[in-house]
Amino acid sequence: MQSNVQQFPPFREPQPAHGHDDHGHEHHEPGFWSKYIFSSDHKVIGIQYGFTALAFLLFGFFLMLLMRWQIAHPGQPVPFLGPLLAKTLGPMAAGGVISADLYNAFGAMHGTIMVFLGVVPLAFAAFGNYVVPLMIGAPDMTFPRINMASYHAFFLGGVVMLVSFFIPGGAAQAGWTSYSPLATTIPTNGQAFWLVGMVLLITSSLLGAVNFIATIIQLRAPGMTWMRLPWFVWAQFVTAFILLLAFPPLEAAGVLQLMDNALGTSFFLPTGLAVAGKVGEASGGGSPLLWQHLFWFLGHPEVYVLILPAMGVVAEIIANNTRKPLWGYKSLVYAVLSVGFLSFIVWAHHMYMTGMGQKIATFFQITTMMISVPSVIILTCLFLSLWGGSIRINTPMLFALAFLPMFGIGGLTGLPLGLAAADLYLHDTYYIIAHFHYVVAPGTIFALFAGVYFWFPKMTGRKMNEFWGRVHFWCSFVFMNLVFMPMFAQGIKGMIRRMSDGGVNYSAARVPGAIDTLPGSVMELNTWILAAAIGLGLAQIPFIINIFWSIKHGEKVGTNPWEATTLDWHTPTPPPHGNFPQQPVIVRGPYEYNAPGHEGSYAPQAEFPAATHGHDDHGQPAHH
Amino acid sequence: MEIPYTVQNRPDTGLYNAKLGIWLFLASEVMLFGGLFSAYVLLRAGAEPGMWPHGWLNVTLGTVNTLLLALSAITTLLAWAACKVRDFGKFKFFHACTILLALSFLGIKSYEYHDKFIHYEIALADGTFADGHLKEKSADFDLKKKTGTVTIEGHIVEDRKELMDLRTEEAKKAVHKEIEIKAADIKKMQNYGPWHNTFTAIYFTMSGLHALHILGGTLVIFYLWGPGSKMWKTDPERFTNRIEVSGLFWHFVDLVWIFLFPVMYLT
Repeated sequence: MQSNVQQFPPFREPQPAHGHDDHGHEHHEPGFWSKYIFSSDHKVIGIQYGFTALAFLLFGFFLMLLMRWQIAHPGQPVPFLGPLLAKTLGPMAAGGVISADLYNAFGAMHGTIMVFLGVVPLAFAAFGNYVVPLMIGAPDMTFPRINMASYHAFFLGGVVMLVSFFIPGGAAQAGWTSYSPLATTIPTNGQAFWLVGMVLLITSSLLGAVNFIATIIQLRAPGMTWMRLPWFVWAQFVTAFILLLAFPPLEAAGVLQLMDNALGTSFFLPTGLAVAGKVGEASGGGSPLLWQHLFWFLGHPEVYVLILPAMGVVAEIIANNTRKPLWGYKSLVYAVLSVGFLSFIVWAHHMYMTGMGQKIATFFQITTMMISVPSVIILTCLFLSLWGGSIRINTPMLFALAFLPMFGIGGLTGLPLGLAAADLYLHDTYYIIAHFHYVVAPGTIFALFAGVYFWFPKMTGRKMNEFWGRVHFWCSFVFMNLVFMPMFAQGIKGMIRRMSDGGVNYSAARVPGAIDTLPGSVMELNTWILAAAIGLGLAQIPFIINIFWSIKHGEKVGTNPWEATTLDWHTPTPPPHGNFPQQPVIVRGPYEYNAPGHEGSYAPQAEFPAATHGHDDHGQPAHH
Repeated sequence: MEIPYTVQNRPDTGLYNAKLGIWLFLASEVMLFGGLFSAYVLLRAGAEPGMWPHGWLNVTLGTVNTLLLALSAITTLLAWAACKVRDFGKFKFFHACTILLALSFLGIKSYEYHDKFIHYEIALADGTFADGHLKEKSADFDLKKKTGTVTIEGHIVEDRKELMDLRTEEAKKAVHKEIEIKAADIKKMQNYGPWHNTFTAIYFTMSGLHALHILGGTLVIFYLWGPGSKMWKTDPERFTNRIEVSGLFWHFVDLVWIFLFPVMYLT
């Protein structure tokens, strides 16, 4: 062992049972199934979420690659994968060509999978599960078995989504937003699968959110006051509240749409709706706008679910690698609370095009501009934290640093979209695609990469390879921008999203002489974006190999390789069931790097009085 | 490993874990039913004039059900109080009442549902509408082949709008009698299921979701009353907490009905 490995005294002997529900966990080594599949340990569940979410991210990425092929080379068979598609998906991919219906299915499922099965589970469920209880000094989540149920519901939801690709008619094709009446009238049961899958995912997130909030409120170690919480915990706390309160209306909407699809009700179907030239059987009287309101009531807060945990990760890594306290901790806390609150009253800025009226549009423009204030406060605090720091550059820090300008681009390009006048022009163009992908892809996903590199040593006791980490970073950084930057130009030139031919029908080449067609230069970008997307895919290979190789062969490090202050780095590595051999007592704030009056470059948040005084139950909270 | 505060309150929050958990869960439930109630508001406000139904539901049965749930709220509270004073016998009695009241509620609810499913609106070839409860179908009744007859207990109206507001004096005066209709005379025949119009759709969805909550709550309370009550002997305090938490859920479900009843039955 190296000299910087923190030594821990041997584990406390398991205490005699007190009639609580620990059914003799302590007496035998759990087998494979109970250890890895039906585990109620927050760390195992976090890792389960992490691997599943990464797999879904990769799958969603492949859907995107197929779509980019179709956009760049409409109507041509997909190379390599074409025969496989034709074989598994049948007539929708006849001859290995992606049909328009299949393109729509890929589009809808790419969005759904990336948001609900990839980023949220990774950012919130995986990192939150693994790190939050460690950071606040808790032995586990408050409701470990509910935590397990949360993962299982999530997994089942993912399976339902995946199965829907293979049913006759294919997966859902109405976009990840599933607008009615389109979602009800497309002749496939994929939408029903989508809705059932969503209900499972919402259940999963509900169980997770309750658990997170209860854990943060109830299980903070002695001395862990609210203003001593690492900011990551605050970000997860607010995220959990958003999930708790914003998701149920979508569940309500999902139930209503399922009724429309399965039982022939007309919640979202207007009177006299004609499909394919025939007036339908449905009673009518419903409201398509109702779906949009219920969807975006979740949909917009969801954006903050995607971004806040990522900001939390970045904040931890920046504080750790600048070796000084975060700038403006309190401002960060109040800003994240404001973001959480305001995120509930901005949803209709997705609906300016629906003609909902000037007064309502004005209200939502004002709230939208308001929410940019706390967002900018957060980003500014993170930027200012860099000021005057002696910055340590490593792979997690590179990703965290890249997050700042990338998220900045995503955020600033959102301002014109928040104003109805500009939005009317930019709505549903590639400009939108570029905008929100800058927030989520080089923004959130970079932060998540940073988190994987940062906490990997905690999970395994080994570091990921630094060289290949940097290769992964620089290639991802370059290709990510090459993929998304051209889309701003395409969007401003009027290229509409969700076109399975990549805009050919509106191109100057197809309709010469017509005004406002898409010039050749804009169409040509499709080819470049495809090449960059393939490059982005290749750039992930070092990451995938690195993650598996390092589990066994990475450089061995001690419990606290980054010399961090927060409590997650002051447990044995990997942390045992129950996390802390002794009850930690929190004695100072989370970011005391190079603080005056302390030896060394950092002062840990916690002390372990039981270790020095030698009796175990000192400081143990009363629970008998 | 033990999770702290599973039974005792955490001093600074004054809560044990499960109590906080159930309140958070209920907050989420408020948003779920809130979404559905706003759907109701939008659908009703957006309905064509004269086409939103009134008086379609049986107010007497609704009132009885309201009283049943109100009583069950009281017995739930008393069951918890009995646990608090460590009177197991009383707990058993009061929660037995809760379960019986809940089952009666579900019984009445299913009767109401059944009544809607055998209630048909039949558009006739001559442009009038027959409306009433199904009595019998002849053996060869087939709408597609246009054979056979169907008998309903009801009446015939000129305009669909006459079926919409059943609270008016005129509607109450309507004479219901047995009517036999030939399949050949039927343009469209549909019962008052969720597909009938947006009112039945939202009524079935919301009351159905509420009934599922009642069913779930009953199952939990039944478990705690029956096999789960073994915990009384080993850890009465924790058991009392379980009764409190399930009781909180039960009160919430009652409260939802207190909103559903006037919204669906009385307006």
